Amino acid sequence: MNFLETFKVALESILSNKVRSGLTMLGVIIGVLAVILLVSIGEGAQVYITKELTGMGTNLLIITPGKTSTSGGFHPPSAGTVRKLTYDDSQALKRRAWLLSESVPLVFGTGRIKYQNMGRDTMIIGTAPEFQSIRNLFVDSGSFVTQGDVDSKAKVVVLGTKVKEELFGQDNALGRAVTLSDARYRVVGVMQKRGTSLGMDLDDIVFIPVTSGQELFDTDGLFEIIASTPRAEDVDRAIAQIKDVLIRRHAHKEDFTIQTQGAMLSTMNTILGVLTAVLGGIAGISLLVGGIGIMNIMLVSVRERTREIGIRKAIGARNRDIMAQFLIEAIALSGVGGIIGIVLGVGIAFLIPMFITVLPTSVSLWSIVMAFSFSMAVGVFFGVYPARKASLQDPITALRYE
Amino acid sequence: MIELRDITKDYRMGEMDIRALSGVSLSVGHGELIAIMGPSGSGKSTLMNVLGCLDRPSGGSYTFESREISAMSDDDLAHVRNAKIGFVFQSFNLLPRFTALKNVEMPLIYSGVPAKGRTERAVPVLEKVGLQDRMLHKPSELSGGQQQRVAIARALVNHPSLLLADEPTGNLDSRSGAEILNILVDLNRQGVTIMIVTHDHDIAARCKRIINLKDGMIVGDQAVP
Repeated sequence: MNFLETFKVALESILSNKVRSGLTMLGVIIGVLAVILLVSIGEGAQVYITKELTGMGTNLLIITPGKTSTSGGFHPPSAGTVRKLTYDDSQALKRRAWLLSESVPLVFGTGRIKYQNMGRDTMIIGTAPEFQSIRNLFVDSGSFVTQGDVDSKAKVVVLGTKVKEELFGQDNALGRAVTLSDARYRVVGVMQKRGTSLGMDLDDIVFIPVTSGQELFDTDGLFEIIASTPRAEDVDRAIAQIKDVLIRRHAHKEDFTIQTQGAMLSTMNTILGVLTAVLGGIAGISLLVGGIGIMNIMLVSVRERTREIGIRKAIGARNRDIMAQFLIEAIALSGVGGIIGIVLGVGIAFLIPMFITVLPTSVSLWSIVMAFSFSMAVGVFFGVYPARKASLQDPITALRYE
Repeated sequence: MIELRDITKDYRMGEMDIRALSGVSLSVGHGELIAIMGPSGSGKSTLMNVLGCLDRPSGGSYTFESREISAMSDDDLAHVRNAKIGFVFQSFNLLPRFTALKNVEMPLIYSGVPAKGRTERAVPVLEKVGLQDRMLHKPSELSGGQQQRVAIARALVNHPSLLLADEPTGNLDSRSGAEILNILVDLNRQGVTIMIVTHDHDIAARCKRIINLKDGMIVGDQAVP
């Protein structure tokens, strides 16, 4: 008896008991659907984060004060005093680390901006003109913070669109005076609208010269220096160059940390990858439960069809013919369930972002292939035992079975 | 065609060994029509199962068309049942989900005959047993006599050397029973070797040879005059 014949026999018996077959398949359908859906959500998050991080500008290096790898644990007494990163450090990098296309000093914090009787708590970033190109954030009207503003500690401010709208509405804000933590600043520019990225509202920020920011936050250091290289291949050499310049300036101590965007990206991807795998694994358990459902039904089916097995054996079916019949029936149940699950899973994964915009999904081919082959494997695994049980029936006893 | 020599068959029932056949020797030639009779528990069914290759004897030798059966593998036995032996059961044993035609085609599936060839071979056999109008009916839509005729057609479709009928008229009214018996006798006239297990002396009287079993042994074997 060839495969096609066996398949037809299996399909006939599945169709002859539609409700039961449908309910059995439901377990597999839900399992496959869950795998595809949850993996697509995990992958969607990964795609989203990658897009957002690269959207910040490419080949970014972030230098922060303090050596994270030596913090904590046991230190010699002098190690507690971390030298700050200074504006001069950033200027030195600009002059001497020639592999860097940009290096931008940064201080930031939250503060209250007031205009007339209105006030708003917002993010304040003290920085330099290069910030625009390095972070892909540009001014819409007026001008950004200039080098002259930085050099002269000018009290000028560039408003994010949301801050501008909240304080000025439709009115022109350029040239107006606002108050930032009791100091008067003049509005010189308004940023382009950018929306939210990674949970941060890029329109709810104001920019001031870094030197004025140091005064505002009462610090003589920087919170970080952002640098960038023109080409991704230069990142490693640029790190060496930054270290070289800064260690020389910091009394031969590496008391700062350089993070690359690539490292951040790969960390995020690792975390999300694990998350996706865990979600997929949990969904896989439901697929396993579906498989147990198949085994259960197949066992019932073998028992119900004991007499059929006896008859088939009497007229010449070999053990392996009976085995194939029941095994293919189990695989057909899980296979058809798997296909329905894939169709539903992919469909729902496409629908989700239309209704829940914060939940991006991305259906990958490997999750479909994996879910389907897993569902087939479940069919084989849970089908073998009942099929074997069927094939080993003694024909005489089976024929007498009522 | 068939040679049984000192066939024994033992069953275990709980703690006890039961000897269902104790030394049966028998030879059957081509074209015979044999009735096997005996009280219940005499070993008739066991003998049928052994003859039909559904069961292996515990001892002795069984040759079917000069092939030794007792040492065959399950697959070989299945092949012999498929190609050489046709079964007719008291309770018809048709598959309820399939039409008469599909039921008759079933043995051919296991012989590897393609779908078209199966139908070509099953239809004439069904016509032979007078069911040309009922081929696409399911067993539940047929009378007992008709169901048994489907079963006979199924037993014949592979042109077996031996047709084994176990109480073929036991579940039928006397008219249908007589019809079935006529079909069997008629088939025998066309050359099919047939063995019928029966309680019914009227059936036995139509056979050419009667074998009487008691306590797992042949106690009588005579030709019908």
